Amino acid sequence: MASRADALAPPEVMARYEAVIGLEVHVQLATRTKIFCGCPTSFGAPPNTNVCPVCLGLPGALPVMNRRAVEMAVQAALALNCRVNPVSRMARKNYFYPDLPKGYQISQYELPLAEHGWVEYELEGAARRVGIRRVHLEDDAGKSLHEGFRDSERYTYVDLNRCGTPLIEIVTEPDIRSSEEAYQFLTELKQIMQYLEVSSCDMEKGHLRCDANISVRLRGASEFGTKTEVKNLNSFRFLRMALDYEIARQVAVLEDGGRIEQETRLYDVASGTTVGMRTKEHAHDYRYFPEPDLLPLRVSDAWRERLRAAMPELPAAKRARFRSEFGLRDYDVEVLTASRELAEYFERAAAASGDPVEASKWVQGELLGALKAAGKDLAVSPVAPEQLGELVAMVRQGHLSGKMAKEVFAKMFATGEPARVIVEREGLRQISDAGELERVVDEVLAANPKQLEQYRAGKATVLGFFVGQVMKATRGQANPQAVQELLRRKLASPAS
Amino acid sequence: MKITESEVRYVADLAHLKLTEEEIRRFTGELGEVLAYMDKLNELDTEGVEPMAQVLFEAEETATLRDDVERESLGAEAALANAPLAGAGYFKVPRVIER
Repeated sequence: MASRADALAPPEVMARYEAVIGLEVHVQLATRTKIFCGCPTSFGAPPNTNVCPVCLGLPGALPVMNRRAVEMAVQAALALNCRVNPVSRMARKNYFYPDLPKGYQISQYELPLAEHGWVEYELEGAARRVGIRRVHLEDDAGKSLHEGFRDSERYTYVDLNRCGTPLIEIVTEPDIRSSEEAYQFLTELKQIMQYLEVSSCDMEKGHLRCDANISVRLRGASEFGTKTEVKNLNSFRFLRMALDYEIARQVAVLEDGGRIEQETRLYDVASGTTVGMRTKEHAHDYRYFPEPDLLPLRVSDAWRERLRAAMPELPAAKRARFRSEFGLRDYDVEVLTASRELAEYFERAAAASGDPVEASKWVQGELLGALKAAGKDLAVSPVAPEQLGELVAMVRQGHLSGKMAKEVFAKMFATGEPARVIVEREGLRQISDAGELERVVDEVLAANPKQLEQYRAGKATVLGFFVGQVMKATRGQANPQAVQELLRRKLASPAS
Repeated sequence: MKITESEVRYVADLAHLKLTEEEIRRFTGELGEVLAYMDKLNELDTEGVEPMAQVLFEAEETATLRDDVERESLGAEAALANAPLAGAGYFKVPRVIER
């Protein structure tokens, strides 16, 4: 799809321009119930079943704020290094749309929950920072279905189950300069929210939605250009493609001597382009005013600090620690910290194994491979982290060869039994004991005088034959390295 | 005049209200009086007085928060009972595209 953008302006023209991007990200909070009523937030319920007078906007129904939603929003704001306002205020944003039965969204305007934060993420190994202008709480609208019914030509179908689901809106400063930066920032943001468990951030289910404000200017210019707002960036892939297209479109307009219209554009997945939305001139006059049905939101220092103390280690801190504490390479750290669950699994396995680097290999290789092949989530892994750690320790201590351990792992994954039990039952212990190995080596040498003579005559490759014989005699349980060493020593000494 | 007829038309349009010419003239006058009274209130010296959105009590934390506990919902049948048009469990409205 890159060609879509390339066709608009050639790379040498693009190189003279710089994009200025700010994102507005909506994150659905993972509360059990809605923000202002006790209706469940479960996804996929039959239409219009999780609704009540409050979220239907029936006359006289009054909203009451969900404490958990506030707590999650405060934790999200703290994780984004924001200053949490001790007093913030809910406000009505007035507009008409069929999936908004109240006729207004309850959001925050002048006094948001939190402000002045930042997120640091990595781009090509260097730390980059995006400012967070504000984080505020609001309720979600319902869902309009414009297609899929026999009379969809004439009617829009409305499901209000989602109406009143708690959201936080995160607004960045215009600090982003490319689609790649936007992508990396959003990835980091998603990971932070998932670590906090304030949202599952499932883009397919609309838990994470992103709009972008985009303008372009000649490199070195200090003034911002006129911006457009691009909506419908509802997957990481689309985000990148839509931004690339819109940046190139704006450059092409300017190169043609045209002007950028300040407008809202929609990313069209089918064509890979952005299309101007026909909106009424005053569609954005929302006539905000303070919500009279809700008290100002007060977050005391004590409450805020309790919430801060309950926060887990965040992705950036975990990555830094995995590097310094375990000596893992950047790539391994990236994979192992992708989710908090995987990071915790690895840490437990590493502790049990006594060898974090080996544990890292096993988690990334065997474990993730087996889970993927079986179509299973880590949460239901048949192999507990301590069990995997024990297996790694057995290899490290020479009780199992790497090859045997892989076989044992496959059996652990299939049965859920610990390595120790499988090894004992199947007699799979690796023989590293010098005395025991020496006895077998002596037997093999005695049984093959012809080959022994060949070796003595200078045919070094016969060593491999002897190793093979020893492995065979021990049904593969001999430690191959120990066997080689022993053979070399024996064969170097004069015939006895 | 504190407000013009065209401003009244604009506000009415935002509120999806259809007003007759007679109503527009009347509301222009009435809204003008309300706004003139606001001017009167503005004569008060409010220097150092914090803006207030609520007359209820002051506390360090909002006391009127609810626990994140489910309560029974209405169910689709009751929810749709007053809908002018419904089908397949949904509210049905004339087709909309723009937002």
